[in-house]
Amino acid sequence: MSGAGLQIKGVDKFYGPVDYGVHAVKKLSMTIEKGEIVALLGSSGCGKTSTLRMIAGFEAVSRGQISLAGREVHTFAPVKRNVAMAFEGYSLYPPLTVRENIAFALKASRLPQNVVDEKVAYIAKLLEIEDILGRYPSSISGGQQQRASLGRALIRDADLHLLDEPMGQLEPQLRAVLRGRIKHYIKEKGLTAILVTHDQTEANALADRIAVMEGGVLQQFDTPQMIKERPANLFTGTFVGEPPMNVFDATVTVSADTAVFGLNEGVRLEYAVSDFSPAVLAELRNRKKVSLGIRPYAVRRAEGGVPAKVSVSQWLGDQTHIAADFAGGTMVLVEHDRVRLGLGDTIALKLDPHSLHVFDGETGVAVSHGPELA
Amino acid sequence: METTSTLEKTLRLLALTLVVIFFMFPIVWIFLMSFQTNETILRIPPQVIFEPTLSNYTALITGKLTSAAGTLDIAFMKNLGNSVFLSVTSVALALVLGVPAAYAFARHKFKGSEDIAFTLLSFRFAPPLLVLLPLTQYFQWLGLANTYIGLIWVYQLICLPLILWIVRGYFEDISADVEYAYRIAGHSWFATFRRIALPLAGPGIAAAGLLAFIFAWNNFVFALVLASADKQPVTVGALAFVTSSGIQYGQIAAAIVLSVTPTLALALYAQRYLVEGLSLGAVKG
Repeated sequence: MSGAGLQIKGVDKFYGPVDYGVHAVKKLSMTIEKGEIVALLGSSGCGKTSTLRMIAGFEAVSRGQISLAGREVHTFAPVKRNVAMAFEGYSLYPPLTVRENIAFALKASRLPQNVVDEKVAYIAKLLEIEDILGRYPSSISGGQQQRASLGRALIRDADLHLLDEPMGQLEPQLRAVLRGRIKHYIKEKGLTAILVTHDQTEANALADRIAVMEGGVLQQFDTPQMIKERPANLFTGTFVGEPPMNVFDATVTVSADTAVFGLNEGVRLEYAVSDFSPAVLAELRNRKKVSLGIRPYAVRRAEGGVPAKVSVSQWLGDQTHIAADFAGGTMVLVEHDRVRLGLGDTIALKLDPHSLHVFDGETGVAVSHGPELA
Repeated sequence: METTSTLEKTLRLLALTLVVIFFMFPIVWIFLMSFQTNETILRIPPQVIFEPTLSNYTALITGKLTSAAGTLDIAFMKNLGNSVFLSVTSVALALVLGVPAAYAFARHKFKGSEDIAFTLLSFRFAPPLLVLLPLTQYFQWLGLANTYIGLIWVYQLICLPLILWIVRGYFEDISADVEYAYRIAGHSWFATFRRIALPLAGPGIAAAGLLAFIFAWNNFVFALVLASADKQPVTVGALAFVTSSGIQYGQIAAAIVLSVTPTLALALYAQRYLVEGLSLGAVKG
């Protein structure tokens, strides 16, 4: 583990008195390596922005430590932390032009004017804001302000770059282009970055690792692929992935040669014990109630499957989303071809054992992913 | 596009004219009075046509008032000077004390901060006369009665709460993130206050300063009780025109015109600046 990155150790954030106020961030610990891009992903009020502001130094850390580049920074003033930040509300300086706003971030580093000009020109080209450099923040659009604000953060040579919803205001095409360019830029310069977002596409595209937060608690901190394939709990499973994972309550009975999941309305899913590893079977034997999750892409229509009645069928231009009444709930599945189904048609659904995610019925903690233990 | 009938237009014009006459009449009348002698002013019925004279102004400026009963010394110019000095220094002091305090109240919520801010505002609630009696006693003990320092101090009761509460609102309107962005770029909080918060709140500070100046300029009762002739501002000095041989209406009118002019000029000048500053601001993101 390199000491050069960011380390957050047992950090708590209370708004109001410690232990009695609003507990916004709970016992957060994570280590971010130098040169890594990490996304803090979560819904509004999950503590991700509080975390960012504690790292930047705008909010006091109620308990715990934050160290950056080998220095314990959580008691430092923002000026001493060597952190750059792009704000969600842009926060450009109104009396300065876009060019001055971006160049301003370099003022403290006292670079010669021609180097500053060069850097501003480079970043402006990267973010496609060359033509508005001479304008004032109040006269440009939200998306342009956001790019100017992003430029102001990225131009700096800081130990850590914090990007709060950096692309929320951009139009989709531009967002897709800029994501690639920004990632390339960050990687090329070897910068370390944390981005806060509630857009999982953005997190997936930009981040090396994603930290999923909910209710002030870090739910899972892993690569995008692992989060998708091996969600640590029911929350991560349902929060990440579009359309969201299908979840059904089930009872589980493991006998000598079968493992049977009993869903509502008498739906029974029967698998051979050989479909699961012995460790998984042992865990399943210990539990009566579980939550069964399956991604919409993994649900197959196949002969002999469980019958379900179609309630929605929608062709999105490149894939079909189908919703069907299944075991007292709704099963959503995605087909890559155009499927012509009428409302009320019956389809047969097959849930392969290797794409099943089993979560504990009470705690929601993952028990198994496919045949393997979680 | 809304269409307005001729009748509506006429009615609007009429209403507007009435309002303007209502508000402007006393000022115009005083302005006219300042160019008349007591005899023409007191004529019944009053006449708009008269032979204008500058005698009132010369009397004020030279400080010699010649009336039927003889010559009287008037310290009007000295009073005007006192007014300028007292108002300017009071507002300057209130800005130096009030603006940082307003920033602190706007940005840092600490225990009792609301109570302190409210206490400061409550100075404006108390009837001045109620405060003045004990204050006069204390000032005499402290040797502050009839001093500029004492007066400027008391004027803070007028200026400080005003500036504090108006400027605080302007600071609160500036997004804290603009300041954070500056601080994270490697600047201390004081540099941030000076380079970001102050310029952005500039129009608000100017407005508050202007209001405080007008209130200080118009103050009567503090100066009446706490200052003797040589420290009095114009508001109190104007009493000298009520002489044993009658009330010198012409001089009073001229004195009013002269004493209103600085505030009026300031207001007109600042108004232009305020509108400009406010429309340029657009700080809220």
